[in-house]
Amino acid sequence: MKTPLSWLKDFVDLEGINLEELAHTLTVAGLEVEEIHYIGLPMPAGLQQTKVSGLSWDPDKLVVAEIREVGPHPNADRLVLCRLFDGQQEHTVLTGAPNLFEYRGQGELKPPLKVAYAKEGAEIYDGHQEGMHKTVLKRTKIRGVDSYSMVCSEKELGISEEHEGILFLPAETVAGTPLADVLGDAVLTIAITPNIARDANIYGVAREIAALTGRALKPMPTEVQAAGPKIDGAVKLDIKDSELNPRFVLGLIRNVEIKPSPAWVQQRLRLAGMRPINNIVDATNYAMLELGEPLHAFDYDVLVQRAGGKPPTIITRPAKPGETLTTLDDVERKLDDFTVLVCDTAGSLSIGGIMGGLESEVTEATRNVLLEGASWNFINVRKTLVAQRMSSEAAYRFSRGVHPAMAPRGVSRGLELMRQWAGGVVDAGLVDEYPRPAAVVQVHISPADAKRWLGVTLTNEQMTGILASLGFEVTAEGDGLSVTVPDHRLDIETGVVGKADLMEEIARIYGYDNIPATRIGDPLPPQHGNPELELEERVKDALARMGIQEVMTYRLTTPEEEARRLPPGTPPDDKPYVKLANVISQERTVLRKSLLASVLEIAERNARLRQRIALFEIGPVFHASEETLPDELSRLVVVLGGQQQPAGWHAADSAAYDFYAAKGVLAELLAGLGLHDLSYEPGTHPSFHPGKCARVLAGERQLAVFGELHPQVQGQYDLGAHTLQAITLNLEVLGELAPERFDSRPVPQYPPVIEDLALVVDESLPAGQVEAMIAQTGGNLLAGVSLFDVFRGDKIGAGKKSLAYQLTYQHPERTLTDDEVAKLRERIVRRVTQELGAQLRA
Amino acid sequence: MENLQTIREQALAALNAVQDEAALEQWKVAQMGRNAALTQAMKSLGQLSAEERPLAGKQANEVKLALEAAFEEKRAALEGARLRASLSSEKLDVTLPGRPLPLGRLHPITQTLRRINAIFAQMGFQVYRSRDVETDEYNFLLLNFPPNHPAREMQDSFYVEGGDPENPTLLRTHTSAGQIHAMREYAAKDPGNPPPIRIVLPGMCYRFEQVSSRSEVQFTQVEGLAVGENITFGDLKGTLTDFAQRFFNANVRTRFRASHFPFTEPSAEMDVECFVCGGAGCSVCKHSGWLEILGSGMVHPNVLRNGGYDPEKYSGFAFGMGPERLTMLRYRIEDIRYFWRNDMRFLEQF
Repeated sequence: MKTPLSWLKDFVDLEGINLEELAHTLTVAGLEVEEIHYIGLPMPAGLQQTKVSGLSWDPDKLVVAEIREVGPHPNADRLVLCRLFDGQQEHTVLTGAPNLFEYRGQGELKPPLKVAYAKEGAEIYDGHQEGMHKTVLKRTKIRGVDSYSMVCSEKELGISEEHEGILFLPAETVAGTPLADVLGDAVLTIAITPNIARDANIYGVAREIAALTGRALKPMPTEVQAAGPKIDGAVKLDIKDSELNPRFVLGLIRNVEIKPSPAWVQQRLRLAGMRPINNIVDATNYAMLELGEPLHAFDYDVLVQRAGGKPPTIITRPAKPGETLTTLDDVERKLDDFTVLVCDTAGSLSIGGIMGGLESEVTEATRNVLLEGASWNFINVRKTLVAQRMSSEAAYRFSRGVHPAMAPRGVSRGLELMRQWAGGVVDAGLVDEYPRPAAVVQVHISPADAKRWLGVTLTNEQMTGILASLGFEVTAEGDGLSVTVPDHRLDIETGVVGKADLMEEIARIYGYDNIPATRIGDPLPPQHGNPELELEERVKDALARMGIQEVMTYRLTTPEEEARRLPPGTPPDDKPYVKLANVISQERTVLRKSLLASVLEIAERNARLRQRIALFEIGPVFHASEETLPDELSRLVVVLGGQQQPAGWHAADSAAYDFYAAKGVLAELLAGLGLHDLSYEPGTHPSFHPGKCARVLAGERQLAVFGELHPQVQGQYDLGAHTLQAITLNLEVLGELAPERFDSRPVPQYPPVIEDLALVVDESLPAGQVEAMIAQTGGNLLAGVSLFDVFRGDKIGAGKKSLAYQLTYQHPERTLTDDEVAKLRERIVRRVTQELGAQLRA
Repeated sequence: MENLQTIREQALAALNAVQDEAALEQWKVAQMGRNAALTQAMKSLGQLSAEERPLAGKQANEVKLALEAAFEEKRAALEGARLRASLSSEKLDVTLPGRPLPLGRLHPITQTLRRINAIFAQMGFQVYRSRDVETDEYNFLLLNFPPNHPAREMQDSFYVEGGDPENPTLLRTHTSAGQIHAMREYAAKDPGNPPPIRIVLPGMCYRFEQVSSRSEVQFTQVEGLAVGENITFGDLKGTLTDFAQRFFNANVRTRFRASHFPFTEPSAEMDVECFVCGGAGCSVCKHSGWLEILGSGMVHPNVLRNGGYDPEKYSGFAFGMGPERLTMLRYRIEDIRYFWRNDMRFLEQF
């Protein structure tokens, strides 16, 4: 909300206040000052806790001056020469301001025109350039006449973007006075959070400033000079649904003259971000900005006419099915059954609290004005705004809640402003229907509450002082206080919530800075771990140790993007997507079902940048389920491709990642987690090459699938020369299988016997079977079997392969004899020869 | 025995002329080998008389020892010279790059999450995780956001197709959604006397927002929650200041500003003194000297009650922070989109 400093001064004395400190005080108290815009006042230098903008007017170079005579320019019709007195001497000043032309050739002006005068070297905004750009006034020659100073427009001074003519100052201003002393102002832009909706007006902010700085708050301006007859009988009211419209107030002013508002009113409205229209509309806006109660002005005579010449009846009611209304913004709106309308007997006039209709609007011809101030259910106003996709200054306030007590205050203020600016006579009294009075809220608090919530010791007197400064009525009650909430705010509830509400008010005004920081003295809760997270962290660490980079990807994707992980024509699986009902981008329409697709996208992004791709991610995939909420399943994906070592200048270490490299990563990972009794068997998964895919089983349970990416999948990503290997692992299964602990093995004290064994077997025989049989036959004394060579070639014949193992024999308690080793070896050889058809290779 | 003296002198003279190890070997054969003059002289000792023999034997032995010592000295000298020569020729270009090792790194957000979790773990806060897809009830309603409440404006949600219209399914907009799950789970352990809570809730959140350098459709958040019979706003300030001083630096100052969140009251934003400029004003803190770090507040009585904790007896505080923002500030990252784009040129910097 834009809050002009000059307007605040109507209600709280700001003499001697430092603007920067004031902004900081408000910000810390929850009224965040987003920006201070300076209009002429001196801007502070150095560190700014608050963002500043605008212009300072040099007191020597920007002053009040009087134009004593306006004469023609010798060489230009569209320019005039002014004889101007700046308080010290006369100057000839050249200008093209159209609002001076009428004074041309009138001789000595009596009284002279008071204007804003900029001398050479003054910093102003460039009036001729689009947008707001600062410039310094320099000496120049225009059409043969020396020019070193100027009379300024609002835009040049930074007051508004108005550059149609120069700004005239009030007649009582004195030439030579620094302009900043006359017009200088600043506008605070304050962010109004929903809980301080009561402060979305000048008076509300002034109240906060008064409370925070200990200054006096002037009374709310609600006096109205009503010299007319009693309003009774001029209009009737009929509220159909008091829950949606708890209060409705009308006032009447007759014989107004529609014209522009006084200049200072127009300037205040502009500074507050509203456009001046005419004195009647401006009065409604001014009163709303000042007190927070939105008002609506009807042309009373139009209503009388619609009522067939009789006093009109204003009716508020929910819209009927199919009902429409053309609002002021010239949109014909289809209304919902919860939209509340303000109507008369002839039909609808406006959407309650949001926007007027075209027909009954105030026009140039309006003489008599019926002024509405009402109270609306704020939740319903919000609902209507969302449904109608509309907004207005009135709706902004009503959708955040305005206390019904503000309605007659706002109407009175509006009527008085109209009377002052448009003449006319105000009817005495108001028509006021208040079928659902707001409850008076009372809360009991005591120093114990402050101690419990805030951790500070406050006396009843301290709390009373703070609350009274905000308008609360406070009386002693028992060991504490009975607090009555003032009728300008709706945010304080009763009971324990009300206590919390009041603690917030006390803390804000007492100052968060003044509450000492302490450490929790409450007992620690029972401690327990988070096994799922701990497992994830172990997996992440293990993979990073193997040189693999973690990635974190979007969990929102599209079915088309995910389809790339499968060869074209793969039949869809039976797991439905979790689809978004509201989509912000066509690239993010569903929650992902495949973590592999997510990581492959990242592999693709980096394929051209790196000769080595080694990535992993742990994260959820989502499957829609029969239940309300989808299944969120934890997965690991590793993607490997290109060189196993990063590219360098050295020739060594350029082996590429292949199936067995991926298997090595997976095997190391699982061994590191204490999983040993796993079996690897050929796997089938559409994303993988059918001959280069394996699944990892723990008994019957599938833990992981890995292998080389299917060439057709590979073809759907732009991967350069990389052939990718991938691992997908189910972390939920891993969590169930990974043992909490394991028994370590003692380090043998006796020397092992190590020997090699080369066996020739059929090509089709899986090596895993051979190794398993060796290990099983070797029993406890065979401490290790490791394959160190696989050989094929002429020497062993077609259809055969040679598998060379290193066997480690070890007895835990003594040195094995040669004889024992020989017997064991013979037993192993005999078994593999007989059962697997292996031959001992010479 | 003049002969022995001559042999010695001649041998030592020859040794002096030796320049390399091959010549040294030849010298050894010539002067100390089977046919060497000294060997011959020693063999001929037997022809001497018994009186002459001991003295001559002793002298011959002395010559032999002298030649052996001279040989050893020469050998060491030649070996030293050879080592020096080879060391001076075996010179590497030490400015060539090292052979790169594949250092696996954790994503910067994982690193930040771990730091946050670790600092809070030392203060007794345990990690509690909950789901990404939530109901309106848990994400909003039970956190004191009534339907059509203006506070909902600040959090535009992604809704999931097919949910209950009365209680729509949505992607959580904050990890605060986990607060109610956690409180109810704790309270269920002993409903009459629920145990104290100290947890952090890290996780992915989603908002219906256009992606830009400042905002993303998904972002991580760490929520914190402490509930007990005697937890105050002062404890909130102390705990979060302790956190800031661990996370940023030991001397950093904090500032608490009143704010508004529907699920806390009183609410506060915490700023820390800009760690780039030390509060003097710079582009990172937009010349204010302060950086906005997190939102916090005392848990709203309605939220406590919804979680199964009697607000007349229990109080607590909650806070929420964005690991992306903390990471961006710490490393002066300009664009939030870097995090999920996963360009190796970005990731490899951490």
